[in-house]
Amino acid sequence: MASIWEYANPRKFLETSDRVLPGLALLAAILLVVGLVWGFFFTPDDYRQGSTVKIIYLHVPSALIAINGWLMMLVASLIWLIRRHHVSALAARAAAPVGATMTVIALLTGAIWGQPMWGTWWAWDPRLTSFLILFLFYLGYIALWAAIEDDDTAADLTSILCLVGSVFALLSRYAVNFWNQGLHQGASLSMDKADNVANVFYVPLLVCMAGFVMLFLALVLLRTQTEIRARRMRALLARERMS
Amino acid sequence: MPELGKYAAAVLTSYAVSLLLLAGLAAFSLWRARRVRAALRKVEDRARRHG
Repeated sequence: MASIWEYANPRKFLETSDRVLPGLALLAAILLVVGLVWGFFFTPDDYRQGSTVKIIYLHVPSALIAINGWLMMLVASLIWLIRRHHVSALAARAAAPVGATMTVIALLTGAIWGQPMWGTWWAWDPRLTSFLILFLFYLGYIALWAAIEDDDTAADLTSILCLVGSVFALLSRYAVNFWNQGLHQGASLSMDKADNVANVFYVPLLVCMAGFVMLFLALVLLRTQTEIRARRMRALLARERMS
Repeated sequence: MPELGKYAAAVLTSYAVSLLLLAGLAAFSLWRARRVRAALRKVEDRARRHG
């Protein structure tokens, strides 16, 4: 069986991801269309929240990816710091804009949902606040990559930033458990509280979550390919200038 | 179209904003991927020609 470290070779990574990408993108599109159409058109209103419950099909999956996207960046950053594989540093860089977009979607849909339900767009609630800080970390991470010319130095510094930001990624997930206060409810789905969301909402929500995960993977693969090619181009241009 | 009642604006805005952001991200990622691939091909061709 092939070792996972084979994919640290940029050429091998490009070959394999080229083969996987079309299927992954198609699967993401199918799951998203099925999940969102099902959730929007074929689920009933909630007895308390009315039709706003339909926002759950965007809010929960995007929040899931916002948090886990950062954790994926953390793993990739640790691989870079320990084993110095360029592909892993570039994968972390590629994932950041995707995670940032998901964080924006979670924050915006949360605000739009919160207004009619809580009577306010925003509250300095532990989960909302830690999510906002996570978004600022995403922006800082993207800006740091853009600000440093040397790729290896940028990878080192952004990896450290990623380690620090992981505290807020975890806080975003567990804030409601640490501080039993604030407007935001507990987790909509959890291993020990499977009946938090009624089945009629639960199944299309799972389909949407699977669709968001596939979309994240497809976009990260595509963007990592782009980062690998951009890095090679910078190296060739530098060689051209030297000769 | 389902009956969304008094929350129609909130629900529709959420879907519009989210789908727009997702489509924008996917479109930008594809556009940049094509642009970088084409630029790299040019640089590689030039490097081959000049040995």
